[in-house]
Formats: sequence, C-alpha cells, structure tokens
Amino acid sequence: MLLIKGGRVIDPASGRDEIGHLVLEDGKVREFLTGEAPARFQGKVISAVGKWVVPGLIDMHVHLRDPGYEWKEDISTGTRAAAAGGFTSVACMANTNPVNDSPEVTRHIIEKAHREGYANVFPVAAVTRGLEGKEMADFSELADAGAVAFSDDGKPVENSLLLRRAMEYVRPFGYLILSHAEDSVLAGGGAAHEGWTARKLGIPGIPSVAEEVAIARDILIARQVGGKLHIQHISTRMGVDLLRMARRAGLDVTGETAPHYFTLTDAALEGYDTNAKMNPPLRGEDDRMAILDGIQDGTIDAIACDHAPHEAYVKKCEFAAAANGIIGLQTSLPLSLSLLAGGKVAPARLVELLSAGPARILCLRGKGTLAAGADADVTVIDPEVEWEFGPSDVLSKSMNSPFLGWKMRGRAAATICGGRIRHVTIAGVTADA
Amino acid sequence: MEWHRRNVLGLSDFHPEEMEFVIDTARSMEEVLTRDIKKVPALRGKTVVNLFFEASTRTRTSFEIAGKRLSADVVNFSSGTSSVTKGETLLDTARNIEAMKPNILVVRHSASGAALFLSRHVSCSIINAGDGANEHPTQGLLDLYTILKVKGKIAGLKIAIVGDILHSRVVRSDLHSLGRMGAKLWLCGPAPLVPREMERTGAVVTSDIREAVRGADVIIMLRIQLERQKTAYFPSLREYSRRFGLNRDVFSLAKDDAVIMHPGPINRGVELSDELADCEHSLVLRQVESGVAVRMALLYLLAGGSHVAH
Repeated sequence: MLLIKGGRVIDPASGRDEIGHLVLEDGKVREFLTGEAPARFQGKVISAVGKWVVPGLIDMHVHLRDPGYEWKEDISTGTRAAAAGGFTSVACMANTNPVNDSPEVTRHIIEKAHREGYANVFPVAAVTRGLEGKEMADFSELADAGAVAFSDDGKPVENSLLLRRAMEYVRPFGYLILSHAEDSVLAGGGAAHEGWTARKLGIPGIPSVAEEVAIARDILIARQVGGKLHIQHISTRMGVDLLRMARRAGLDVTGETAPHYFTLTDAALEGYDTNAKMNPPLRGEDDRMAILDGIQDGTIDAIACDHAPHEAYVKKCEFAAAANGIIGLQTSLPLSLSLLAGGKVAPARLVELLSAGPARILCLRGKGTLAAGADADVTVIDPEVEWEFGPSDVLSKSMNSPFLGWKMRGRAAATICGGRIRHVTIAGVTADA
Repeated sequence: MEWHRRNVLGLSDFHPEEMEFVIDTARSMEEVLTRDIKKVPALRGKTVVNLFFEASTRTRTSFEIAGKRLSADVVNFSSGTSSVTKGETLLDTARNIEAMKPNILVVRHSASGAALFLSRHVSCSIINAGDGANEHPTQGLLDLYTILKVKGKIAGLKIAIVGDILHSRVVRSDLHSLGRMGAKLWLCGPAPLVPREMERTGAVVTSDIREAVRGADVIIMLRIQLERQKTAYFPSLREYSRRFGLNRDVFSLAKDDAVIMHPGPINRGVELSDELADCEHSLVLRQVESGVAVRMALLYLLAGGSHVAH
C-alpha cells in the first residue's frame, strides 16, 4: 500500500486535475480521495504537496542497446535512467544485436527487464528481418512474444511495396508500424540539417525534404491500405503539416517528436559538437517553431526522446565520422516542462504527450491513466525545482548529451512503477529494492 | 601587433589587422626566398609534422619547403603509409605523433572540423591545411597576398569565384580573407553546387558565369572535383565546360586588367581553357610562390617568432 498525498493529480485520461490523494494497492490504483488525507494508513506515505501526481510517463522511443551493445547501455542502466527521468515505461527499438526480429530476442528483453529493470520495457520488433528491408518479420509470433509495435528505426523501410504489404498485412490484426521516415537517397550521406550552419561549416546536408517525402509516402500508403501508422521523430515544419493534413483527412496516423527538436536548432552544431549530431538532424528555427505549434494544437501525439546512448570514442572524433544520437531519458521531462512557460501548453496537455498519448498509440492497457484499477505507475513531478544537469547525474552508461551543464527547471521527485518506488528525491522517503 | 595564436584552424575569427600582419610577415619571408641561400635559422630545433590524411602533393610540398627554409625539421606523415588504414582513430594517430614532441602539426583531413577537433585534444600548435569542405586558411591568405601584390588593395574589387562552391574549403576561407577586406564577391556554379544559403555571407550567388565575370577584377576558378561527387551534380564535364568554363569569350567581359587565379590542380579545357591558363593574366604560379611565403610566415609566428627576421 502506498499513499501519495496532497499533490495536484493531473490525469487527462479521466479528465481529472485537482488536489487530492492517490492510494495504490497490489500494483494497481485503488482510489483517488479528496479532503483530509487518511489519518491512519497502513503503508508508505509520500507527501506530494506542491507537486504534480501524474500517470507514469511513457517514452515510446528509446534504444536500450541490449542485447549486443551492452557497453553503451543495458536494460538495467537504461531503465534506471528512465526511472530517474520520471518514466515508468519505455518502448525499445529493434536495432540490437541480434536484431529484435525473433521471439527469442523479444523474450530476452522482457525477461531481463523483469529481473533487472527499473521500469516497464515494451519491445518494438523489426518490420523486416535483420532490418534489411527485404523480407517481413514474423509479426504474429513477435506480437505473441510481447512486441508492442514494429519498426526498423534507425533506418527507413525503403521499399515502398514492402511497406505497403506490411501495413496491409498487419491491419486486420491491429498491429502498429512505427516509421522512421527518411528518404535515404535524398538524405545523400548528409550529416547535418541542410541549412546555413551546415553550409558554413562545410558539413554535407540532410535536406528537410528527405524526411518530408518519406512522411508523405508513408501517409499515402496508410491511406491506400486503410492501415494505421505512427511517424517517429518528426523534425520538420512540413512533417508536422503532413501529419495535420493526414489527420484532417481522417486517417489513423499519429506522430511523435523529441525534446531536442523543440529545444535546439542546427545552431548547436557550431564548433562541430558531435553531441548535437543525430538523425533526423537538428533543424532550423522555423522548423522548431512548427514543432511547437504541432505540440500546442494537438497534431503531435507524443514526446519521445530517442534515447541513443553511445560510448565516448564514437563521439570523440571528427564530425562526419561521429555516431548519430543522444541520450535523453533524464532530460526529456525538464525540457518538456519548459513548454509550460508562456502558458501555451497546459499541464494536462503535457501529461497527454508524455503518458496518455503514447499509452493510447501503443495500446498499453492500464497505462497512461490514474483511474481506479489502472496500473500503479505514477510519476510525482516537482515542476519548480531548479537544478543543473551535470555528468554526475547521468545514470546511463553513456554521456552523449548536448544538455550537460544546462540549468533545468522541474524533474521527477518520485517514480513509482507497479506500486514500487523506483526513484525518489523526497526527503524521508526511500526507494523500494 | 602581438601574435597570440597557438593554432591556425580557419580564418573565420581572423581580424583584418591580423591578416595584414601575416601578409607583412610573408613579405619578409619572400625576401628570404630571393636570396642566394634560401634558408634562415629561425626554426632550428623545431619539428613540424605534416599530418596528411588526404592526398595532396602541392600543399604538403609547400609546407615542407616552407619549414625547411626556416631550418625546421619537417616530417611527412601521410595516411597511405600509416596505421590509419589499420583502423586507428584520428585522435589516436594525432596523439601518437604528439608523443614524439613535434612543435607544429600541419593537418589535412577529409572531415570538416578535423583540425579544430584535434586542437582540443593535443597541446602542440596546429595549422589546418584543409579540413573537408570547411576551411583552407593558408589558401585564403595566399589568395589575399597574391591579389594584394598585383592590385595593391582588396576593398572594392569585384572577385568572382566559379566552380564547386558547395564542397570548396577554398571558398570558405576566401570568403573570410577577401570578404573581410572589402571585396565584392560573386559565387558562380551549377545550382546544386552553389547553395543559396551562401548569400548570407554577403556574396552574390549566380549560375550565370557571364554575369559573374562582367566587370570583374579577379576571377578565381575552382577545380571541378569529380572525385568528390558520389552523385552527379551536373550532366557531364562537357556540359560543365560549356556553361561554367572560363574561355577567351567569357573572359573578355571582365575588366581589361583582370587576373585569373586557380588553387590548382587545373583541369585544362574543363574549368579553364588551355590558352587562358598560361596567359599573361594568369596568376596561378604566383599563387604558388605566395603560398610558400605565407606558410613560412605562419610557421614562424606559431613557433614563437615575434618580430620579422631580416
């Protein structure tokens, strides 16, 4: 039994935003109470006065590097970073070694997460065997083993016919394909957004159109076959516009963006900072503004950080040779909280983006809500605390973040997963083993 | 003026006075080159390593001669004979060389930002001899010096640079050296090779060579680098030459005393017609001369020479 008392409970899925107390029991939400907190309570008590109590945050796009690249990250360290960042669930991409294109790998991830994890781990399996873009993976077997969606993330499914067949095939089963939308021919071996900064620094560019034509193609294929589709890491203005257009046309298409796309622009590449290198690349200010608009008007359904840990030496090199990607699980929430400034994004909308939205997209039953009977996944957020994200805060095995040294506002005060306190910074409360 | 730089990584942060100071020093160096014995002891006991990860004969030779004229010990390291082919990282290679205690590393690498990257991790001085499509600062300075010799000034000159602007580190350095000294720069080439964003530098961007050359004082032709292009940016060399090659007819639009420059090596008959390459307007060989002097000046300044050796 766990009582979280006196917090502002924000649960958009059940339309709640009020001060009260949340009672968790046997891994589930038992009830929400208002008025006086229960005087005698048999169990742990967390005081959440002045804090928010929200359904456990869900990041639907992370790379845990396990199996195969455990020197970059593993399920234990990755979920520890997740819990510290306020996330109770993550969906991990399939570009492991071996690739998650077989039930054995899917089960390995689930079982290891069960043993060593600090958060729920939902594996995303490959669309194509070996991520090679040639043959479809065995979707049903993977789904039965626990895969929650399918994606070749890291690269696109280039063959339009294959993507069409896959989307068409899985439609009757309700499976979801997540698309890393990129036309790799148009991207042409670029290493940074094709804009002034790349021109000035002499870095080969990745034009916005490389993302845009791929998003357009994927949406039109979804339309053709009547399938559903989720667009990953949208980074461009036209990408947001296309998603908006698809939705207006009544298509079953959702989309996510990452905190770095609404926080940074390609100006961060000055000095050839390899920690600002990722794919899709940081775009221009106009794109950043469009992402913010998409977040505000509801076009974008989820914020997912694309946590991509890399060991130092693949980043400590010349820009062109550096690996793509940054870690993000511990900075996603504070960077997202910065959206509240100016009042354009309401707290409930933020919870949508970080919890209810991804739960809905991935059909995670019992997640993304604090309604009675839901899973006891809860994040207590201190929206005001000011802190600096320093190297000693990093719980991931890798340090590749452009946000090191940044002053942040707000973070997770407690992360409760399945009723267990997996991370806590509130005085007098200890984490569960 | 005092010289405080430890490295020369690019011209993007060079003030005009600083460039003039280097040119003044280069002038004194050039005087050495007119002597019977073309060697001074200024860098005796200093070691210069030419760390070249990309094929280059002329730039490397120019640095080598510059170092030797100043009595430095010059060692050449090129990737063909090195451990780079065995998968060693750039940083490891540079650190290994650094452990042998050189004073100056002259670095050429195919990746933009490579020289800056190394400068953050090694303690000896670094001269960037060309990093990817970023900068080639000694070329920028020698172009400046060469034009000054002939025209006596830069401000107000119309300078057209024609060719592969996108991949050119020469352009990015020339934009700083010539642009900052007040030249009016025109950038010309096939549209996919002349990014519109370059207008932000204040240069005029065009795909019409006649417009670029009309009334120009200086025309810098760039080597059209087919080897850098994984995909085609224009139909063929034949088509390129027709649209963007400099020949007598196009050159006649320039000022009567216009000069032609080229960082070399020239593709004769492609970007520059055979006759123009050798005509009295061509400064190509004077650029090579200026190059040695400018490189001597930088080696000298980085090695701690504060006043000019006469």
